[in-house]
Amino acid sequence: MKKTTSTAPSSPLGAIASITEALETVGYISTQAISTAIYLAHHLRKPVLIEGPAGVGKTDLAISAARALNFALLRLQCYEGLDDSKALYEWKYGKQLLYTQILKDKIGHIISKADTLDEAFGKLTNFQDLFFSRDFLEARPLLQAMEQSAGSVLLIDEVDKSDEAFEALLLEVLADYQVTVPEIGTIKAQVPPLVILTSNNTRELGDALKRRCLHLHIGFPDAALENRVVRARVPGISDRLLVQMVAFVQALRHENIRKPPSIAESVDWARTLILMHASVLDETMVRDTLNVLLKRQSDILAVQDRLGELTREAREAPSQAH
Amino acid sequence: MDRALASFIRALRAAGAEVSTGEAIDAARTVDVIGYADRPVLKASLGLVLAKSTGEKTIHDRVFDQFFQPPAAAAASTSDAGARADAAERLDHGTSGPEDFDPLMALIKGGGGGSGGDRLRSAIARAAAATGVDDIRFPSQIPYYVRQTMEQMGIAPLERRLRDLLLEPSSKTQREAADLATARDSLQRHVRAVVDQRYELFGRPATEDFLADIAVNRQLGRMSSSDQERMKAAVQRMAKRLAIKHSRRRRIAARGKLDLRSTLRANAGHDGVPFDLVFKYKRRDKPRIVAVCDVSSSVSAQAHFLLLFLYALRGTVTDLSTFAFSNALYDIAAPLDTLPFDDAMAFILQEYGSGSTDYGQAFLDLNTRHWDLIDRRTTVLILGDGRSNQNDPRLDLFREMSERAKRVVWLCPEPPGRWGTGDSCMLQYRTFATHVSHCTNAVEIERAIDEALQAYA
Repeated sequence: MKKTTSTAPSSPLGAIASITEALETVGYISTQAISTAIYLAHHLRKPVLIEGPAGVGKTDLAISAARALNFALLRLQCYEGLDDSKALYEWKYGKQLLYTQILKDKIGHIISKADTLDEAFGKLTNFQDLFFSRDFLEARPLLQAMEQSAGSVLLIDEVDKSDEAFEALLLEVLADYQVTVPEIGTIKAQVPPLVILTSNNTRELGDALKRRCLHLHIGFPDAALENRVVRARVPGISDRLLVQMVAFVQALRHENIRKPPSIAESVDWARTLILMHASVLDETMVRDTLNVLLKRQSDILAVQDRLGELTREAREAPSQAH
Repeated sequence: MDRALASFIRALRAAGAEVSTGEAIDAARTVDVIGYADRPVLKASLGLVLAKSTGEKTIHDRVFDQFFQPPAAAAASTSDAGARADAAERLDHGTSGPEDFDPLMALIKGGGGGSGGDRLRSAIARAAAATGVDDIRFPSQIPYYVRQTMEQMGIAPLERRLRDLLLEPSSKTQREAADLATARDSLQRHVRAVVDQRYELFGRPATEDFLADIAVNRQLGRMSSSDQERMKAAVQRMAKRLAIKHSRRRRIAARGKLDLRSTLRANAGHDGVPFDLVFKYKRRDKPRIVAVCDVSSSVSAQAHFLLLFLYALRGTVTDLSTFAFSNALYDIAAPLDTLPFDDAMAFILQEYGSGSTDYGQAFLDLNTRHWDLIDRRTTVLILGDGRSNQNDPRLDLFREMSERAKRVVWLCPEPPGRWGTGDSCMLQYRTFATHVSHCTNAVEIERAIDEALQAYA
């Protein structure tokens, strides 16, 4: 059973390397672990649970994957109190009420020909399902993903923010790619979506959920990877500045701070430096723009004294890199 | 599923990663899709499927390298290709005696590199598996399994021949004897490397678990330093277990009480017709713990472990205040948060543990400086022997504290028989504490803290 899932020959999902390439064309620099995760998710039909610090590109992976594979992206942002009516489906009560009003007039007409109560009841039964049919069903992201016929990426963002009850609800969707609506029946996905869940680890996810997923951990990138990511996201940056700023950020992560800067912050900082027409790092510039990298006042204070040294070391980085 | 994968999963479980049957099946499907050819890809893939937390990822990567690495030590020591060719040549000259160990000889001589090495390794792996080497538990069993594996491979005839040759030494037989001895030693090195690897995979984790089990039940004051190292891991596990147990279900529905505001809001879309009813929830208090730890020299060994527990709990109980005293009370959140445990421990004992014990002073300090921490949600956790050096125990303050707090739990390292003897005030304090328990080992500490957190369930 080498190839259980039918894959169109042109689709990048056929090989791990081509997934990396496809992601790169939309500006997402992938690693082998990330591409392997996408590859396996498709071939084993399993959701991917991505954990890691904020701003390392977890959500972005889902968005980029959708673009690279030309799939529809369905996004479900989780929060405390999220329930099935927001995630799965909801009945369109207003529409149902409206139709009831319209039908009220018609009902007299329909049952007027019935002689007995039983007969009238029988006639009405034929119409009962009308109100609980697909026409009155408002599909929410999970159900929408099941209904896509051309493949889709379902992003369940920050699943750790949701309640445990919602986690349980996800189990059916993720294990069998189906949604059960009691009034209608079970709706099975035409094409299993590529499901990506992200978590910032604000709470430990349930074992049942974890066991059903592939578990991908994305950490802070090393210097080489970060160079490529910033280069892809900020094409206008000069080589010299790029190497220096990445060296600075890498060193900053090793300082004793609460919230180390993430790759998203690096990209923001690169943009900031370009806006300020910097060609090399210098200490005053770093000091002025530090709030782009560090979002906590206590962290900024903690590294205040070390900035001169860190900048100097970062400026010496190019000679080591080549 | 193939044998290698099944065995790899067993090794993972032995190393402490929890791999379920479902994940094992996933792993088999993964191997179907990926294949064994590309090592880095296989490693990444199995890591995705089998390891479900960062801790498990570390375990997985280590075990993967150990497991799929050919035992390197032996290969290196016999990879002298020239000497091998030499030996083969000499063997051709002196052909005599029973031939039934020839295949084995050929196998050994071919070993060391290339396809011959693979053949030798798989032959050893088969023989070792036949002896049940994966059941190995202790390092002392290694020689036994080495011998068993070699016999399984048919070393006996070779050794008989070697003995015969050595009994009647002559210049002609000497060379053959040397040959046989070299081959035998070479095989032994290879087998030894394999058995060592199996011990690392299956035996060591089991031994460690066993020793950790003993350590958590050992009296706190009587621990060797290696026990203490083991305890750290065990205590981490206990703290995590407690955290998982007590972090669940903070809300319970108070059935029957309609939350009118939320109901109206939820049904605004239906013209205010209440289709969805929203009920009120009863919020449970989050655990708030104030731990006060006697670190004077008489109880420092026990204090060590309570502090270890607090250190481990710190990440999981969000509202935790920690204090240490021998007489004056000090907030020890800073050292516990910033220093690695051993340094924090040394710092606390040195800075705060030198004075003469005075419980009254400690309660007075708590009263004047940190009384706002203690309210009806707070559990106060006290570790100490209650020996106040004839100082005023300040029962009035203790009593007031127990009235303010949700619970006061006292962990005492002394057995109940000695409470109230000499300068011990345990009997007076006991009157006002919600729960007093005698704690001598880590398991009892876990139970007592479980008890303390139970109040919030």
